[in-house]
Amino acid sequence: MAEVSLIGLSKKFGQTQALAGVSFPIPDGAFVVLLGPTGAGKTTILRLIAGLEKPDSGDVLIDGQSVLADMPAQRDVAMVFQQYSLYPHLTVRENLAFPLRSPVLNVPEADIATRVEKVASVLQIAHKLNNKATQLSGGEMQRVSIGRALIRSPRIYLMDEPLSSLDAKLRADLRVELKRIHSEMGATFLYVTHDQIEAMTMATHVGVLDQGRLVQFGTPREIYEDPVSAYVATRLGQPRINLAPADLFGHGPHGATQIGLRPEHIVVGSGKSATVRRVERLGDQTRLHLACDGHDLITLTDVHTPLAQGDSIKIHSENPLWFDTSGNRIR
Amino acid sequence: MAEIVIKNLRKEFGAFTAVKESSFTIGDGEFFMLLGPSGCGKTTTLRMIAGLELPTSGEIWLGGEEVSQRPASERDIAFVFQMFALYPHMNVRKNISYPLVSQGMPKPQVQAKVAEVAKILGIESILDRPVGGLSGGDRQRVALGRAIVRNPKAFMMDEPLGALDAEFREHMAEELRALHDRMGATTVYVTHDQLEAMQMGDKIVVMNHGSVEQFGTPQQIYDHPATLFVADFIGSPSMNFMRFDGGITVGQRSVSLGGIEIATPEIQVSVAPRKLVLGVRPEHIRLSDAAQYRGQVEAVEYLGTTQIITLATAHGRLKARVPAGQVARVGENIGLDFTASTLAIFDDTTGRALRTAANAGVHHG
Repeated sequence: MAEVSLIGLSKKFGQTQALAGVSFPIPDGAFVVLLGPTGAGKTTILRLIAGLEKPDSGDVLIDGQSVLADMPAQRDVAMVFQQYSLYPHLTVRENLAFPLRSPVLNVPEADIATRVEKVASVLQIAHKLNNKATQLSGGEMQRVSIGRALIRSPRIYLMDEPLSSLDAKLRADLRVELKRIHSEMGATFLYVTHDQIEAMTMATHVGVLDQGRLVQFGTPREIYEDPVSAYVATRLGQPRINLAPADLFGHGPHGATQIGLRPEHIVVGSGKSATVRRVERLGDQTRLHLACDGHDLITLTDVHTPLAQGDSIKIHSENPLWFDTSGNRIR
Repeated sequence: MAEIVIKNLRKEFGAFTAVKESSFTIGDGEFFMLLGPSGCGKTTTLRMIAGLELPTSGEIWLGGEEVSQRPASERDIAFVFQMFALYPHMNVRKNISYPLVSQGMPKPQVQAKVAEVAKILGIESILDRPVGGLSGGDRQRVALGRAIVRNPKAFMMDEPLGALDAEFREHMAEELRALHDRMGATTVYVTHDQLEAMQMGDKIVVMNHGSVEQFGTPQQIYDHPATLFVADFIGSPSMNFMRFDGGITVGQRSVSLGGIEIATPEIQVSVAPRKLVLGVRPEHIRLSDAAQYRGQVEAVEYLGTTQIITLATAHGRLKARVPAGQVARVGENIGLDFTASTLAIFDDTTGRALRTAANAGVHHG
């Protein structure tokens, strides 16, 4: 495994600036998750590291050495794509073993067999090892394609939304598995997603991207509790952070135009009147949709709250976040 | 608008029974969810209500009339499909007005109606645009507009948000629910996404293998699942199942897991010794040094306000949802407390919940 550094990476596709001066480190053994909506530049970063694209400017260092001149195969990285591609005429076992059969590696057959069994059991596909790839469900195919990356020990794993095509239960299982694999193998991961739960639960570091720029890089807790901007604040947290004019509950600090209220920043009991628009019962949590001075706010309440549509309550804010005109955080 | 009553509805396709003897009532103005995994019969049920399939037996009452054998055109229902098709050569206005024009409605009335619908959906500014260049959300709104404009007795929606990405789906779900609150139209909505069902529905029917497993409000179904299937299907992470052998005497208020007594609601039936399951929702497990029941921390997943802790115990792997501020380290051995009033006990063989003081009165399928 290795440390990877990105230095001032920029990339244009025609008129579109896909990446603009992106720099961040991926420390040895880290699990870095890149988070952002479609078009933010997440996948482009993976492709630049893998060597599938060349940057217009900037550099990619693996263990301190620039790899820009290296071919993809020479970079020794393993990539898992969102759309799995398996060899349809081969069995699961042969698909998994394929990367190890490369003549360059020269892995003994006995070792191949052991590693295939191990990866298959981690991904819960051991019972399908002798099936043809075409006889699998979508979720199983995606697990095989993840397995084909895990079977090698590359310098870094690059994963492009590998779980997005799986159903919710399997996704939850594999989140825990990937995290376990990461800590057991001490491997370095760069993982792209637009699913905030994946980012929160798996990452050692999260990079938030906005239109080709890296806007914040830190631990999930830092990003959630201490976002640099309103944009970053809306990326993490369910229900999403409420944004309202700064004077909703009296005056904010100098320069503040927006107040950011996560559910834990809204206290029910005293303060300003708010009307309950809707009580949304999700089972494990109950969301209160409020109208306060013409602004919609969503907060969490007691799961079995007696509140109903039309009720009036009093609320005030506690330790909210403040943002200026351009959305930057005011501390 | 209308109430819809389903009685003993059944549908066979050759030797295969898609829907077995379903019965439930959809109240006037309700947002009603048909929820289940693929192949459970939910779409077939919806299509029978709409008249796109005729039932093998059973009754469908729509606004006081029995319509089960009538063609779709005589039922006055609007259907919104997962893959909404718009007329590509027409602009937004023409797409929405088409159902009215083809009914022969006079032009001034059509114009007034389209204007009203466009206002409800917030698409007044795009009425004269061709549908080709529209975003996914706007296309969805136009498809809805075409359904709403007819003032049908009820709306049938078959996974209308299924093709959208997660972030946008959540936004459209809120928009659909707000639209429903403004219009108050009876809506039957098919989905396999339990969160979508919980989020939008007034009532939910959970189906599996062609049968109704449970029928109730989202909170009832979540708090008091009638079967192991429902308990597992609803909630994320889903309910923890702790399997054990034991018998129950009526009036019992605890069960014994590996010699440790765990308090439960009062159980109102007696059962001979057999395989039983104690069901615990993740948020009803608390970490407590003093507790007798022990588990070892396998993984910790930070979620902002809360965190999910995966624990290895003598009764399998458990997931607990606890406040994010609590400290739990991987490898640590900790005590677990369970909130007694929320626990469910199931018969592992039949999969059904035993009746307790907590779930008595909950409607089973």
